Amino acid sequence: MNHAIEASGLTKVYRGGVRALDGLSFAVEEGTVFGLLGPNGAGKSTAVRILTTLAKHDGGSARVAGFDVAREPENVRRAIGCVAQKSGLDVDATGRENLTLQGRLCGMAGSDIERRAGELLGRFGLAGAGDRAVRGYSGGMQRRLDVAMGLMHRPRVLFLDEPTTGLDPEARATMWQELSTLVRDERLTVLLTTHYLEEADRLAGRLAIVDRGRVVVQGSPDELKANLRGDSIQVELGAPETDPFFLEVLAEVAGVRDVSIDGSRLFARLDGGSTAIPAVLAVIESMGAAIASVRVASPSLDDVYLRHAGRAYHGDWV
Amino acid sequence: MTETLTHGAFLAGRHLKNLVRQPWFMIVQLVQPVVWLLLFGALFERVVDLPGFSGHGPYIEFIAPGVVVMMAMFSNSFSGLSTLGDIERGVIDRMLVSPIRRSSLVIGIVAHGAVVTVFQSAVILVLALLAGARFSGGVAGLGLLVLSAVLVGTLLGSLSNGLALLLRRRESVMAVNQFLLMPLTFLSSAFMDPKLAPRFIQRAAEVNPVNLAIEAGRAALSPGGDASVVGVRLAVLALLAAVALWLATRAVAMYQRGV
Repeated sequence: MNHAIEASGLTKVYRGGVRALDGLSFAVEEGTVFGLLGPNGAGKSTAVRILTTLAKHDGGSARVAGFDVAREPENVRRAIGCVAQKSGLDVDATGRENLTLQGRLCGMAGSDIERRAGELLGRFGLAGAGDRAVRGYSGGMQRRLDVAMGLMHRPRVLFLDEPTTGLDPEARATMWQELSTLVRDERLTVLLTTHYLEEADRLAGRLAIVDRGRVVVQGSPDELKANLRGDSIQVELGAPETDPFFLEVLAEVAGVRDVSIDGSRLFARLDGGSTAIPAVLAVIESMGAAIASVRVASPSLDDVYLRHAGRAYHGDWV
Repeated sequence: MTETLTHGAFLAGRHLKNLVRQPWFMIVQLVQPVVWLLLFGALFERVVDLPGFSGHGPYIEFIAPGVVVMMAMFSNSFSGLSTLGDIERGVIDRMLVSPIRRSSLVIGIVAHGAVVTVFQSAVILVLALLAGARFSGGVAGLGLLVLSAVLVGTLLGSLSNGLALLLRRRESVMAVNQFLLMPLTFLSSAFMDPKLAPRFIQRAAEVNPVNLAIEAGRAALSPGGDASVVGVRLAVLALLAAVALWLATRAVAMYQRGV
């Protein structure tokens, strides 16, 4: 199987010593959607900037569409489409003019540009808005035009850097719908970065969880979830718990695994499903901690992340 | 090379389209030079009567080339601000991951500046003619004046874009402009014959590219203007503009290294 994207041991250190990538490695098979999932600052966008030839890496190597990103950036640029986080649209120009300029810069012929622009505007529900200035577009429309821009010259590999960040739930759902159709229709390799677990679960065939510049685990969403046997329990304590002994005692309870705590939130996996809950709660109370709430859930990608990155999501994880 | 120019033309076309959509900014930019030409020209009308003032005709014929070059300097030295807008919106990053030459980014915006300079110069020169100025250099002389204005514009436009790419802050570009533009104007023969000015101003004017352009344009428009004065100054300006363009292209690469 050919790899459309190969990153091996990529490192990137920013001025001031921030290590954004710390040996990032993954490979994406041709014609598949690969998700890079991780919190803000995990290194996802840095990886995309390097793979799209915008930034240079300090160590390791990467190939995109068969070309080395450092040695053959021109060839890489011809083969890729990129939808960056910052839209990069000319808001004073119309949607069609944006697409036309992009086509010209990619060396497309005039008649082809016209046809392709019309086709993409239609596909992304912008046919009626194509001749209006982008300034007047809604956030969702601008983002869909961004994706159309990335597809204009029929790239072999498409990079989507957090395509739905900042969109309202409705616009996000529309975008997901369009991206799934796109992936089905065009023989395209897609690298998607996201911090929405649901998005990765829904769009990506395989995904890698990135934390602090490294891949902590990778596989298909189902594989990753299947590795977590049993249900998960989340207990909100009355106050943050810092006593290490607390975790040790809980881990001794039969059927309880992977106990961890994040502030006042306690997480654990239960082999026997919900039957172990009373025992867990009894132990917590016997240790003198107050219980504010309890939640039990079947495995989700949140749990995969927690298990491998060793901490829970903060902020905008969904 | 052809590809660089074609891409440059596409990018200049983008800026020109936006200009046609929003012509007000360029028209407002013309207010100041028109004030210089008509009000300043009227206020200092009698300057030409000072003993030792070179030049023969009325004062408006003396300052018209100065105003044209000064206007090119002002309007182009702010072109870095539009690049900063493009950086903020991610337009530059999108261009950098497209298969275009780095230099065409700079060429596009500088070429757009040149078109604006030609248009604005035409407006100022028509006003000067209406106000009674007569230029014996004819159309060729006017063309050479506009060419020297375009070269000054390319020089300052390239530097402005280079600074924008390196400093990436609106305030910094504005500060550099405020620091430079007035001295460049007044250490020149734009409004006054430097022979009547203190020696340090004469010295400074000799190495001021803005003054070189004014002198070239003025010589091209005067009766019996010295062709070598025009030729040498235009050649120096062309060289400076080319170096500035190259530096701005280097700044694109340095910007990319800092991404």
